[in-house]
Amino acid sequence: MTSEPTPSPLRLGRRDLLRYAGMGAGLATLAACGVSGEGKKAATGSTLEQQIKAFWAGKKQTGQVNWAQWPLYIDVGKNMGDHPSIDQFTAATGIKVNYSEPIQDDDTFFAKVQPTLSAGQYSGYDIAVITNGIDFDKFTELDLFVPLDHSYLINYEKYAGSIYKHSAYDPGNVYSVPWQSGITGIAYNTKKVPKPLTSFFDLWNPALKGKVGMFADNEDLPTPVLVAMFGDPQKTGPTQWRQAAAKLTQQRKAGIVRKYYQQDYIGALSTGDIWACQAWSGDIFQALESGAKDLVFVIPSEGAVLWTDNMVLLKNIKNPVSAMKLIDWYYQPKIAAEVAEYVNYITPVPAAQAVVKADAQKATGSNRGTLSSIANSPLVFPTPADYSKLYRYRTLTNTELTTWNEIFEPIYQS
Amino acid sequence: MIRRLRSASGPYLAVLPGGLWLAIFFVLPLFVMVSLSVQTGNLITGFQQTFHFANYSNMLSQYHEQLLRSLWYGVIATVLCVLLAYPMAYWIAFFGGRNKSTYLFLVLLPFFVTFVLRTVAWQFLLGDQGLVLDWLKRAGIVSQDFHVLATATAVIAGLVYNYLPFMLLPIYVALERIDPSLLEAAGDLYATRRQTFLRIVFPLTIPGIFAGVLLTFVPVVSDYVNASILGGTGQTMIGNIIQTLYLTNSDYPNASALSIVLMGILMIGIFVYARALGTRDLLDAAAG
Repeated sequence: MTSEPTPSPLRLGRRDLLRYAGMGAGLATLAACGVSGEGKKAATGSTLEQQIKAFWAGKKQTGQVNWAQWPLYIDVGKNMGDHPSIDQFTAATGIKVNYSEPIQDDDTFFAKVQPTLSAGQYSGYDIAVITNGIDFDKFTELDLFVPLDHSYLINYEKYAGSIYKHSAYDPGNVYSVPWQSGITGIAYNTKKVPKPLTSFFDLWNPALKGKVGMFADNEDLPTPVLVAMFGDPQKTGPTQWRQAAAKLTQQRKAGIVRKYYQQDYIGALSTGDIWACQAWSGDIFQALESGAKDLVFVIPSEGAVLWTDNMVLLKNIKNPVSAMKLIDWYYQPKIAAEVAEYVNYITPVPAAQAVVKADAQKATGSNRGTLSSIANSPLVFPTPADYSKLYRYRTLTNTELTTWNEIFEPIYQS
Repeated sequence: MIRRLRSASGPYLAVLPGGLWLAIFFVLPLFVMVSLSVQTGNLITGFQQTFHFANYSNMLSQYHEQLLRSLWYGVIATVLCVLLAYPMAYWIAFFGGRNKSTYLFLVLLPFFVTFVLRTVAWQFLLGDQGLVLDWLKRAGIVSQDFHVLATATAVIAGLVYNYLPFMLLPIYVALERIDPSLLEAAGDLYATRRQTFLRIVFPLTIPGIFAGVLLTFVPVVSDYVNASILGGTGQTMIGNIIQTLYLTNSDYPNASALSIVLMGILMIGIFVYARALGTRDLLDAAAG
């Protein structure tokens, strides 16, 4: 053993010095690094108009545009990487599109790009596709979208369905226009359930014990319950939210819910792990088209939720004019039909229905059946009667959001 | 003189790149996290430093159940890992012969597939009508509504499977380092195989087990992938909660507070464990 002089308690050793210096720096940091508020009141009225004019003045078309999209959300050609509608756009305009699919869900994408955008830097994407709802509102409240120049939106003005021109989440479509929409309803396996499900509360049937899947999502789990209990979610407050939460908790405690799913519910439904569940319309349609059997999607008798994924321009954009041209490109009925035929969600262009019907006439073999079922599906082209039963997510202020999360998150995070 | 200086500064220079790396990417974020954990506010209005220590008590009262569950799963999964990995490592080290590296490679093979994908594969295997259960149900061995997915068993099994190599490798290294002449000597002195194992082999591998436990227990407790893919309604782990607080709610203060609580518990646990086993001496012995 080597003998070491014992340090006197009063003498500061080198090690101690370092330690104290570190603590001092730490305390300074502790006190200093608050994150300053970034929320800005978005301009309105004539100020907004002037801002939009000032931003777009002198902006020129560039040779490329970068687009962030969700996986499997566009038409695909012969090879997995081919997207005919994009290739046609490049051929028509000479603008190269860098198409990527980094968006798995809205909150992760928000958390990923928000610091970059708030720091005044380019995120790497000009266009992104964001669902209306909590994260969309966060983007707008932090002023992270670029207001659109509607003078480029010629096809949009002409062809967009009127419901897609008048949304509560973005009045006047200042920041966004729809990409596709979908319905959060219920789905079930006809062979397994004792009787067809029609009401949302059929998911509370004890006969389905352990075989029901619900969403692990702070919008898609609570909103349909609110619709089923009270109608328009916009007219509900914390009292109704607590009642809805109690209803959901009762379903969990009775052992009816097997699991709160994310996107993976569709696998569980097709393998028979669950028999009935909350579902997104396009998923079920796609599963049926790709060979799944005995699955049905229904809009509950009480009504369902209509959500819209929106094309937006992210702040600190590099290719704004090319991006606007790309956005408007997708409002041509022919192009909208190409996308609808592949993704099977609700297109914002009603005129695409006629194109899909015409394509079905021309097609042969199994394609013909597929196309005509798409053209006639209320899940791709809902009728006015269908729309009258569909409601939007509750828009929430920041204080409301905290209450909302406190009420609903413990249900699926147990 | 210069030589002395050089030899004195040598070790410090060697530690500099790694030290700087840790300082920038670990210590600095840690300070930011500690600071954030006592702030209040939200993303829109900004977070203000208010030394709001109630964040901690709120998080503990709200999520103690998931916290305890994670620690409990961690303990079970780690013990199972030891029980499974030890015989495997023992066999490879002493009976592997020329093919030792092949066997080790086989153990590591699943690591060439993404973590998430491996876990999703289990979903298919263990599904109610999946490869395993479908057969058992047809044979009438288990009842029709028997299921493995969405239970604590599935989550713990997934954890054990995913972290087994982290336990196996350190134990293997410890076994491999045992001098065969020690075993011969034990035999010469009429020790039975059982005595040889209990009094020579096992004590010499305790440092390996210790390292394995550290490498397994800590990531298992904070894991969130297994619970979200294989679990059901009552299997949420603390990692899932932190993820939701951070990503979905953008509630950075509370997410930080909960992370620090978890870190503190893990560090205290490991400290107690190290003290209890007296592993420090053992590590010194192994190093010397």
